[in-house]
Amino acid sequence: MTTLRKTLLCSVALGFLAGSASAEILRWGAARDIVSLDPYSYGDSFTIGFLDHVYDGLVRYNEEFEIVPALATEWEIVDETTWRFTLRDGVTFHNGAPLTAEDVLASLERVSHPNSPLRGNLPAYQSAEIIDDLTIEMTVDANYPLLLNDLTNIHIFNAQWLTDNDALEPTDVGAGIEGFPTFNANGTGPFRVVEWVPDSNVTLEVNEDWWDEARHNLTGIEFTPISSAATRVAALLSGSIDFTENAPLQDLARLEASPDVDPVVTQDLRTVMFGFNRRDTLSEGQENMFNDLRVRQAFAHAIDAESIRDVIMQGNSRVTGALVAPEIPGYTDEMGEPRAFDPETASALLEDAGATGFSFTLNCMNNGYVNEEELCNAVVPMLNRVGFDVTLDIAERAQQTPKRTSGSADMWSFGWANLPMLDSYSILVQVLHSNEGNAGVFNWGGWSYPEIDALIQSAAVELDFDTRIAMQTEALQIARDELIFAPLHEQPMAWAASSRVVDILQQGDNKPRHWTTRLAD
Amino acid sequence: MIAFLIKRIGSAILVMLAVAFLAFLIFAVAGDPVEMMVNEQATQADRDALRERLGLDQPFLVQYATFVMNAAQGEFGISYQTQRDVMSLIASRLPATLELVFIASMLSLLIGVPLGVITAIHRGKWFSEGLQFLSIFGVSLPSFVIAIMLILVFSVMLGWAPGFGRGETVQIGWWSTGLLTASGRNAIILPAIALALYEITLVMRIVRAEMLEVLRSDFVKFARARGVPRRIVHYRHALRNCLMPVATLTAMNFGTLIAFALVTETVFQWPGMGLLFIQAVLSLDFPIMAAYLVITSAIFVTLNTLVDIIYAVIDPRLRQEKI
Repeated sequence: MTTLRKTLLCSVALGFLAGSASAEILRWGAARDIVSLDPYSYGDSFTIGFLDHVYDGLVRYNEEFEIVPALATEWEIVDETTWRFTLRDGVTFHNGAPLTAEDVLASLERVSHPNSPLRGNLPAYQSAEIIDDLTIEMTVDANYPLLLNDLTNIHIFNAQWLTDNDALEPTDVGAGIEGFPTFNANGTGPFRVVEWVPDSNVTLEVNEDWWDEARHNLTGIEFTPISSAATRVAALLSGSIDFTENAPLQDLARLEASPDVDPVVTQDLRTVMFGFNRRDTLSEGQENMFNDLRVRQAFAHAIDAESIRDVIMQGNSRVTGALVAPEIPGYTDEMGEPRAFDPETASALLEDAGATGFSFTLNCMNNGYVNEEELCNAVVPMLNRVGFDVTLDIAERAQQTPKRTSGSADMWSFGWANLPMLDSYSILVQVLHSNEGNAGVFNWGGWSYPEIDALIQSAAVELDFDTRIAMQTEALQIARDELIFAPLHEQPMAWAASSRVVDILQQGDNKPRHWTTRLAD
Repeated sequence: MIAFLIKRIGSAILVMLAVAFLAFLIFAVAGDPVEMMVNEQATQADRDALRERLGLDQPFLVQYATFVMNAAQGEFGISYQTQRDVMSLIASRLPATLELVFIASMLSLLIGVPLGVITAIHRGKWFSEGLQFLSIFGVSLPSFVIAIMLILVFSVMLGWAPGFGRGETVQIGWWSTGLLTASGRNAIILPAIALALYEITLVMRIVRAEMLEVLRSDFVKFARARGVPRRIVHYRHALRNCLMPVATLTAMNFGTLIAFALVTETVFQWPGMGLLFIQAVLSLDFPIMAAYLVITSAIFVTLNTLVDIIYAVIDPRLRQEKI
């Protein structure tokens, strides 16, 4: 009973402390919890983005999405398969251990271990060798141009800490044994983890010894998942949270009207589009008319993307004709020009192709992209109006994905953000390439364009940035002209912050960077 | 009594096996968790390798058999998504749900029973008819609507109680309780009311119907004729005869409330089993889904058995028949 009373007193005292210091604590109400404190555990970009507050990579993106030094201060290409990195001197982990090449080696080995679900994030890595305490050489696939992009997303662990806690290898879900880093964190980042109660809160406190100059004025972050959108909005309006990275579009006007809350809205890097099955027959055995370019053009001309923007996206999406966002290297204004909304042309093209009345099923998810359910429900009548015969198949992501990957979807909604690579090589190799070997994993329609494949293969081993991007642009232009996908828009990304938040950095990758956030004094 | 218990335990195991079987039938068509686990950069070979390591390439009967064998040894594996041990994950969420359901049940009894008695005694009066009318709302309004309305009024407009979370908790062994701290008690009010409202109206209507029945019976009339005060007749003698169905209802509904809590927990971000389950469903976290379903069915069977035992305790006639 005494212990109980003591615990009680302690928690009450803590409550008071938290209350008095709350002037600089950012209360973040998120749409969902992080899945783990281990960045190498699950392919979830939200969790990895959150853990950027705790862990650092060797390099990172700046505000213009350029790669700048983080834990590595400089790097050079020794020969076509070897990169040498020099580490920042004087960096310490949250437990006080200094950063050495040993730590980098252990982290690289851990993320590229065969059991790691995230080894795809570092595809070219072969091995690494420690030169001295602050120098490490990485051996990668010959002439691989995107190593730095990949490394922005690879968090560096402390080797000794991993060894002490038997966690040098990533947690193997198949073996069914928990791993220590799932519940504990020891990074070099701007904040350290004080406590994580799943689905309840993550408490972060500032790391005074962070190697970088702090732009923020926070003493900590109180992260609370609030999965119900209405509850999250209520929490913002009642002042129980200061920030959310997911404000429902339909509530933006209401948030705007409140004197204490400001929506922060921009466009995501994610381009939303529609993909066509290109096999000979479709799911019901009918002839696949999508193999006729005129039918795909008719589809593109039938969709009124501007009305979708104004009505369904509340004016916040960016209509596009390209398969990648303007921020992604490889984009040109020419490909960004949207196809005109022109139902007459669409009908004529369809008639020309002898495809009037062509029936197919549109596969959509109700929890995939922003307002996707409304979006797909709006697209169906637009298509039927010009002479298609569309049935909508809409369900949870988990149910729709198998239909898509098995090639049994006729047409599907699709979004690609080119993250974490931030380069159009991502969509080219994963989506547009023919499905062979390790390429074209998301080529669900079974298309094959040898000229695109050839360009991708040349780009994959081209170290000169401009030459490589020119090749990728060419490939993207072909994909656009051939309408492998019908691009719709860059989807909106809506955050909201209370008036306590005076400075917040919002970038298109939808990752809050609270080490730059400032609260009113 | 022992034979009775053995029979009950046997049927409980059968029910749980059947539930697990149904769960695996669903998993076979639910989708592919591997697609949720890896990120966009993973190659096909990586995906296939992971699927194989998880045993998801096996036919579903084999997966089911493996699950039952492991479950029999208390091994439910670790979550695909959070990589935490499923049993300790559920155990850590169980207190939140049980506390919520317990408080909701208490509320339903403490409010429902007196209301039922009042509406029965004062049948035809304006306030009892009004309560009857209001109770229709309680039965028919979906619980998420009630929850959102409670949040809007008491959290956003009045600022009396928090609209999400569990407040401060105190750890007693493996049990975490929010009932011992002010913020914890404050946080449980809204979700408990949202969850209890349906049950309150149900209890009230049952007590009322039973009371009306009992008030017409001879022993009540004789008691009144003997000059026993009205209050004692109503609350000691009549009410006692109404409590059997209420006890049944409350106990049986304890399980239903655990299931209903799913919605309440999602709206209020109450870190209980329901929230855990919903998230597991969305990410196809099969180990959690299977364990949750099996454990919930175990709770249902246990409650049914307890109800049968409590019957005997409350009603002396049932006790005598057994002898």
